[in-house]
Amino acid sequence: MIELGHFAAFLALAAALAQGMFGLMGQRRMAGLAAYAGFAVMILSFVTLVVAFARSDFSVALVANNSHTLKPMIYKIAGAWGNHEGSMALWCLVTLGFGAAGALWMRTGRDLFEARALGIQGLLAVGALAYLLFASSPFLRLDPAPFQGAGLNPLLQDPALSIHPPMLYLGYVGYSFVFALAAAGLMEARVDSVWAKEARRWSLAAFIPLTLGIALGSYWAYYELGWGGWWFWDPVENASLMPWLIGAALLHSVVVTEKREGFGAWSALLAVLAFLFSIMGAFLVRSGILTSVHAFAVDPERGMLLLFGLLTYGGFALVLFAMRAPKLSGGKPWMLLSREGALMANNIVLIVAALTVLLGTLFPLMAEAAGRTISVGEPYFNLTFTPMLALLLLILPVVQAWAWGKADLKNWSKWAIAGGALALVFLALGVGLWDISIGAALGLALGAWLVIGALWELKRRAITPGRIFRLPPRVWGMTLAHMGLGLFVIGAVVETTGRYETTVALAEGGSGTVAGWTLTLDQVRAIEGPNWYADRAQLTATRGSAKAIMTPMKRYYPAAQMPTTETAIHKTGTGDLYAALGEQRMVDGAPRWVFRVYYNPMIDLLYFGVILMALGGAFSLWPRRKA
Amino acid sequence: MRARTRRLYTFGIAALLLLAAAVLAFFALRENANLFYTPEILAEKGQPEDGKVVKVGGWVEPGSLAYSEDGATMIFTVIDNSPHTIRVSYTGIAPDLFREGQGVVATGQFGPEGAFTARQILAKHDENYQPRELKPLDVAG
Repeated sequence: MIELGHFAAFLALAAALAQGMFGLMGQRRMAGLAAYAGFAVMILSFVTLVVAFARSDFSVALVANNSHTLKPMIYKIAGAWGNHEGSMALWCLVTLGFGAAGALWMRTGRDLFEARALGIQGLLAVGALAYLLFASSPFLRLDPAPFQGAGLNPLLQDPALSIHPPMLYLGYVGYSFVFALAAAGLMEARVDSVWAKEARRWSLAAFIPLTLGIALGSYWAYYELGWGGWWFWDPVENASLMPWLIGAALLHSVVVTEKREGFGAWSALLAVLAFLFSIMGAFLVRSGILTSVHAFAVDPERGMLLLFGLLTYGGFALVLFAMRAPKLSGGKPWMLLSREGALMANNIVLIVAALTVLLGTLFPLMAEAAGRTISVGEPYFNLTFTPMLALLLLILPVVQAWAWGKADLKNWSKWAIAGGALALVFLALGVGLWDISIGAALGLALGAWLVIGALWELKRRAITPGRIFRLPPRVWGMTLAHMGLGLFVIGAVVETTGRYETTVALAEGGSGTVAGWTLTLDQVRAIEGPNWYADRAQLTATRGSAKAIMTPMKRYYPAAQMPTTETAIHKTGTGDLYAALGEQRMVDGAPRWVFRVYYNPMIDLLYFGVILMALGGAFSLWPRRKA
Repeated sequence: MRARTRRLYTFGIAALLLLAAAVLAFFALRENANLFYTPEILAEKGQPEDGKVVKVGGWVEPGSLAYSEDGATMIFTVIDNSPHTIRVSYTGIAPDLFREGQGVVATGQFGPEGAFTARQILAKHDENYQPRELKPLDVAG
């Protein structure tokens, strides 16, 4: 059956080629049909791959290397994209999917532009499919077929991780279509309001899943790795953060293009960069040139091919940009202190922030080339990225009220007083009552500043309270996103400054304490699952009258010969009590079990904030009601 | 405002921010880029200044693993192909693939007696993983 998938992928390649040709020739209708056809056959191809995984067909090399009969069905299916080749098939599927979606939903009334956008999307799909078919084919057979597969990396056998890659890819690859729109716009030297309306929708369509994908990955790392934290500044995490930052900049810049016809060249450049950074993310992860805690399959040759793709796409787009950018119109005039100026500042800060992340991620490589082994960790990012973010958040509530063209600045003293008062209140509370550092107190003030500012802006736009629910969805989207950002900041500051952690080695019946909770080890039992066995500890956690049973596990997967940590998390209402079981240790001849125990306050608020940001994006995507 | 003046301001602001970021990054990298020490490098270069966070890498000497009295801290010796060693202590759960004889990379600080207190120990999740910084250990005899 897998041959059918292989054949279908070749058909998809042919369709993508046709899409590219018709598109660049300006045949909108034909390019659209080719896009539908390509997507349809790629679905067929991908489904045969998934079926091979679901049926544990070990005559397919990829299945044999990454699956196992004892795996639960959901992980057999998710296993189809839990490896390099399968994830590249997913990449192709999403590329073609965005082409088909574009053919269906683009509404600019400009046939040539739309045809070219589809054409470029088709060529991007050709690149992806060629890489899939000739450099990382998931369709190869094994002869003889083994009786049993090698199993999926047990760390990936997790519900959040089954949807994390598709989400992330919807985001990464979503920017391919934004790239195509930018290139098509540059080709006709027309990056104007109509272009921006279209580009904005597709940027949102990529930004929302990218946001959720990053959050899912972070949440997975939080409970599956057993390290108690939610962000580790790992190169792979940074690789997803950079397109996100550029995507966020793009969302703000494209609004100026839409409403005022300004920033056209800049928006097009960001659209190109968002996709290039997405490919760079794939390159950094797949090539193995960076040391990362995410142990992915590593292959320098494939890395070189990805680098080649990155340079080809990047070279093409940047040359096109250099040729056409001077011809783009500058839009309506504006003063520096205006909404345009504010959004420009937003963009500069976001891009500089992305550059600091890029430097921190690539610096170890440069140092290695210079013969020194160096790693860059959290302190670097706290010192460089955090001030940039703080600057952005500081100006946000003030400048979002500014008008196009020229801001009315008569309220600035009120803003300054309100902001100053808020900072003083939090400083007094933080240092006097909560006993936290000045930096943390200011961080909390900043988060509150954002939330209040977002609500204030909503009220200002509504003019009268009764009109709040009749505001356009995108105003709500902006409010939710900015509020989400504020809640995320509050959650992040509270979690980082208020986290307690301790390590205890307990004999059965022994107990330890963290953040006022007493944890008593009742027993440790050996249990068995479908494809693993485990030591499961039962802890009783008590604090005053509150009581909870926690059962952290140490699982062992025989197929992969690998242990994993299954943390136990008790939601206390204000935070997470979090326990990870470690190894058994012989201390003075008696066995003890070692536990890493954390109290992570308000961590849910942090994730809630991120979800609110994604929800805000969804609202912004919602079309305005026709009056 | 004329487009030219505006562009001047735009580039001015961007340049200022970039400069600020570059200065911050420079100091952050100088202070916080972790240098890497193997027992051999340590013997060669001497101990880094007190309190500086560095990385130590090598192989866990077989038979060297011991625990503190309360069981929470593990203490082991890191070796490489040189005759030198580093004593490492770490309070926490050993990584899943931590074994005697395996490669480890620990982040932490050196104390006054040359003992290394780790705040994080890395061993990859993959059995095929080998820390990039480590050269394979010569198998003796």
